[in-house]
Amino acid sequence: MALPKRIIKETERLMAEPTPGISAVPHEDNLRYFDVEISGPDGSAYEGGKFKLELFLPEEYPMSPPKVRFLTKIYHPNIDKLGRICLDILKDKWSPAHQIRTVLLSIQVLLSDPNPDDPLANDVAQEWKTNKEKAIATAKEWTEKYAK
Amino acid sequence: MSDIDFDEGDDDFLYDESGEDYLDESGEDYLDELDFTEIIQEKQERKKYEVEYKVYSIEEIEDFQNKEIEHVANIIGCFKEHAATLLRHFKWNKERLIELYMDRTEEVTKEAGVIVDAQKLPKLIKVEDFCCDICCDSGDDIESLALSCGHRFCKDCYSQYLTQKIKVEGECRNIQCPSDACNIIVDENTIKMLVSEDTYHRYTSLLIRTYVDDNIFLHWCPAPNCEYAVECKIHDSDLQRLVPTVKCKCGHQFCFGCGLPDHQPCICSLVAKWLNKCRDDSETANWISVNTKECPKCKASIEKNGGCNHMTCKKCKNEFCWVCMGPWSEHGNQWYTCNRFEEKTSVDARDSQSRSRAKLERYLHYYNRYANHEQSAKLDTELYEKTERKMERMQKSSELSWIEVQFLKEAVETVVQCRNTLKWTYSFAFYLQKDNQTTLFEDNQRDLEMAVEQLSELLEEEIKPNRIAELKQRVVDKSIYVKHRREILLEDTAQGLKESRWVFIDP
Ligand SMILES: [Zn+2]
Ligand SMILES: [Zn+2]
Ligand SMILES: [Zn+2]
Ligand SMILES: [Zn+2]
Ligand SMILES: [Zn+2]
Ligand SMILES: [Zn+2]
Repeated sequence: MALPKRIIKETERLMAEPTPGISAVPHEDNLRYFDVEISGPDGSAYEGGKFKLELFLPEEYPMSPPKVRFLTKIYHPNIDKLGRICLDILKDKWSPAHQIRTVLLSIQVLLSDPNPDDPLANDVAQEWKTNKEKAIATAKEWTEKYAK
Repeated sequence: MSDIDFDEGDDDFLYDESGEDYLDESGEDYLDELDFTEIIQEKQERKKYEVEYKVYSIEEIEDFQNKEIEHVANIIGCFKEHAATLLRHFKWNKERLIELYMDRTEEVTKEAGVIVDAQKLPKLIKVEDFCCDICCDSGDDIESLALSCGHRFCKDCYSQYLTQKIKVEGECRNIQCPSDACNIIVDENTIKMLVSEDTYHRYTSLLIRTYVDDNIFLHWCPAPNCEYAVECKIHDSDLQRLVPTVKCKCGHQFCFGCGLPDHQPCICSLVAKWLNKCRDDSETANWISVNTKECPKCKASIEKNGGCNHMTCKKCKNEFCWVCMGPWSEHGNQWYTCNRFEEKTSVDARDSQSRSRAKLERYLHYYNRYANHEQSAKLDTELYEKTERKMERMQKSSELSWIEVQFLKEAVETVVQCRNTLKWTYSFAFYLQKDNQTTLFEDNQRDLEMAVEQLSELLEEEIKPNRIAELKQRVVDKSIYVKHRREILLEDTAQGLKESRWVFIDP
């Protein structure tokens, strides 16, 4: 099946105007499958880390959101052990007007600004709420260990 | 109006404003469906144990909604589509909508996702140099549409988007403009224009479903495939004081409070407790066999095949009572030994056995009688079906007409209804603290029980064509008496609930 115009355009733009700290490259044999890398934002516990993700555009895209998952291990209250991400625009707040770029930007923001009140990884969220310092130290430690 | 303080007047949801009476408004078709006893009952005053309610078809609900929409559109001076969105946002609280709208128009419309002063409704048009942000198709020849917010997308993307929202996500009143962070609601007219007939039908039925679900005074009839909704204006707090039994137009009788089949006179909270207990204790309760017992005299196994408790052993002709296993000859006046948990027996039990054993026995006493009525009602129905077939055969060979057979059907219905009531009186009694008040309750229970057993026994009598008139007279007389006993019991129990006369225990 031919690739929809929308996906071709988005891919072109991602290549032509890359966003700082974000790269997304489609697989040659499957243009709906992207290798993604997001740099840990400055000032966050993930600073200096390079996080690998996979992004897949399902058949229904853009009516349905893309499927995104962290491949690099990360200590974050909204990301679970399997790398799944709790982010509203990937679920009920999805709109077909969102793009790959906006999704990846939102994930970058999530790294700067974790939200332990809407957790996916409960134990991490608990730690984040009760002992923030220690949680951030662990996040830094993991970044050092897995994301470099 | 005796037992509940209904909110009269303005927020009478679906009541016909024209003031026409129930029968006139629906015309002839309606009359055809009703029989006259029902009409007479409608006109009668409500009993203490009855609540006021109305049954609505989907069409009636839609008619009502359309009236409300038109009304709001007139007051505000906007399109009906926008009035509908506003009403849905306010969960059909018209008064509140109008009040807030007049006060804070901008805030209200923004929150509800409408732009009310829009000049025209969305249309499919072709725009020069158009590019759709969803599919990236561009050109002058593409049909596209924008809501009043101006976010324009092509027809194909719009249809796909709406179909996904409706069919996959099951959304209806909250479908927003596809643009991100735009909360303008897609109106009904636009949806009709853009989706298939099938999807549109799904959309409208979702709207109705949401309407009923949003409204605490409306419930769907729980009968399978029934599409009527019942309106009854009671609050959860009323359920301690009354049992809101309603009857759907499909014939299903259920409790508006908990949705279970009719459980007069036992209140919802006790019913839930009781059913839980029966489930938990089912293993213990299982050892009381409900269907077969041994003849107390010759020990032959006897199966119960009618609802009547008067048993005759086929082998030794011993007559005994199914409930207490005592000789039938001692019954009649002393029938009450079967409906009461004798204090004396209970005291004796406590002396000789452990407390928990007595507790179990108390439970089993009530459970036994509860289960017996449930089982007997089934057997009564089965027996009737057998009789009906027999009567059909007799009809062919004799002068009997269809009308003459009907009295049996009505009598069986009465017996089954009363057994259902009796069944729940035992659950009720289980939680009742024994005092002077409960004696009256137990007397009423016993009187009804005796009358029902007598009627049930009549139904087991052999039918001889030449004596049918006489049997009919006896059955009809007894039925009237039984119904009367049920009224007395229900009226008094309802009155007691209203007065908080009953004290409940947690045995
Ligand atoms: Zn499009
Ligand atoms: Zn919009
Ligand atoms: Zn029904
Ligand atoms: Zn109930
Ligand atoms: Zn016997
Ligand atoms: Zn007995």
